[in-house]
Amino acid sequence: MTSELLGRTVLSWRVAELVESWPETASARALVLEVPEWPGHRAGQHVDLRLTGPDGYTTERSYSLASPAERSPDGWRLQLVVQRVADGEVSPYLTDVFAAGNLIEVRGPIGGWFVWSPREGGGAPVLLVAGGSGIVPLMSMVRERRFRHDRTPFRLVYSLRTRADQLFADELNRPGSGDGGVETFVLHTREDSPRRPAGRITAADLAAWGWPADFAPRCFVCGPTGFVEEAARLLLSLGHSPDDIKTERFGPSGP
Amino acid sequence: MSTLQGNDFEDGNVLGGPFAEIFVHDLTAATGQCRFCGLDGPMAAVHVYTRAPGVVVRCPGCQEVLLRLVSTPRGLELDASGLSHLSWKL
Amino acid sequence: MAVLTPGFHGRPRSEHSLPPGQYEVGDFPVLSAGPTPRVPTETWTLTVTDETGRRHEWSWAEFMKLPQERPTVDLHCVTRWSKFGTSWKGVSLDTLFADVETSAGFVLVGCDGGYTTNLPVSDILGGKAWIVHTYEGAPLAPVHGGPARLLVPHLYLWKSAKWVRSIQLVTQDVPGFWEQLGYHDRGDPWREQRYQGDQ
Repeated sequence: MTSELLGRTVLSWRVAELVESWPETASARALVLEVPEWPGHRAGQHVDLRLTGPDGYTTERSYSLASPAERSPDGWRLQLVVQRVADGEVSPYLTDVFAAGNLIEVRGPIGGWFVWSPREGGGAPVLLVAGGSGIVPLMSMVRERRFRHDRTPFRLVYSLRTRADQLFADELNRPGSGDGGVETFVLHTREDSPRRPAGRITAADLAAWGWPADFAPRCFVCGPTGFVEEAARLLLSLGHSPDDIKTERFGPSGP
Repeated sequence: MSTLQGNDFEDGNVLGGPFAEIFVHDLTAATGQCRFCGLDGPMAAVHVYTRAPGVVVRCPGCQEVLLRLVSTPRGLELDASGLSHLSWKL
Repeated sequence: MAVLTPGFHGRPRSEHSLPPGQYEVGDFPVLSAGPTPRVPTETWTLTVTDETGRRHEWSWAEFMKLPQERPTVDLHCVTRWSKFGTSWKGVSLDTLFADVETSAGFVLVGCDGGYTTNLPVSDILGGKAWIVHTYEGAPLAPVHGGPARLLVPHLYLWKSAKWVRSIQLVTQDVPGFWEQLGYHDRGDPWREQRYQGDQ
């Protein structure tokens, strides 16, 4: 529920139900949570989930929304993707135990800075740079663009360990669908691919598969801290302006 | 958890949740200024330490503490003395 | 009212005797309020200052020449994890205070990186506290407080200040980093003294 305070809404915890899920990879699971009411959210925002054990112990984690909210007969559906981290306290529960019909508390949408919507770009092309599960909030931007029938030129550079780790593989790998599509370049850090040997992201990758700095693209970089720092540094070295680079680090919010 | 490095922090994008009970406006969308070094910039870019008995927000420039938030059964305690300024474009 | 998340148990229950509200872990979580300081032992000093301002100081070499003890203790963090049977090596606070004359009732502990914590003098003397430099047989890692941290295992772990450098005796209690924001001045896990006002 939200409450009105001085005419503005205040974020509160809402009860959500898991209505659908499927495996994205061997270690990542997509979750669809249904809430009776939802104020809407912007691409790039996230939610906090709160879990409560039988003795009242609670813990919270943040997860990015993977797509625009979808209307359903009973409310609104939100999609998240959870990556299982070995020995994690929360992620193994969400990937292995949390079952359809179970309830969980959700707070959101959260985050007013690492967001994209068609109107606010001013038409500048968009460069998305994803490391591992950092693809999730960037995918919400890809889907928002499609949902709004927007034609902003988008390019995605997606760094992964191996092909098997790729999230949203079917969607990203399908051929362009007439909306201009999103040009996607996937690089593997631990596995050779036909066009590129295994290795971490380089300036050459971003120069070849990103937008030139003089196009002044809006850049969104998301992933683990080390990846984000390196990718942002590479973008600056290629001449992109710091004002055009937004980053979101997936730090120790916890597995 | 035991593989964490001590310099693991999150960025200010996570502040919207914990501070939603205190600030009506999204803290992530604000611009802040550090009292110690004078750096100003988006609160989304601050360094946030959440693996602690509270939330500690540090200046990305000089690492001094901008904000500290603790939630106890009796209420919330916020120390914002490290911020000299916060502003929101509405 | 909290909504139960069916099937979520957090960590498994423990066979050890846990203080109220705690659960056992097998790893050693790293909690931090800031970046990890890197402190060379060449320039490291430890200072105990009494309430008159008189200072007792040790360099790393001097500190390592003091009588060493090897306590094995349990750790209880206010964020609810407990870790049993941890082994350390270091110098007892009784040794460090051997030549310190004081009637002060409290200490304020200071550290590289700016962290502080306060506790009663009675809680660091009488075999209850050490400055430790070795954990499980190896030099204490920086993320866990190395080169040396305070270890006061009968209190919540936030009192066992990492990167300890100074102990100031004071006649009036001065709240440290977390105590300023509502954490308990003493912090006994067996009485669940987590927050100011807990008895």
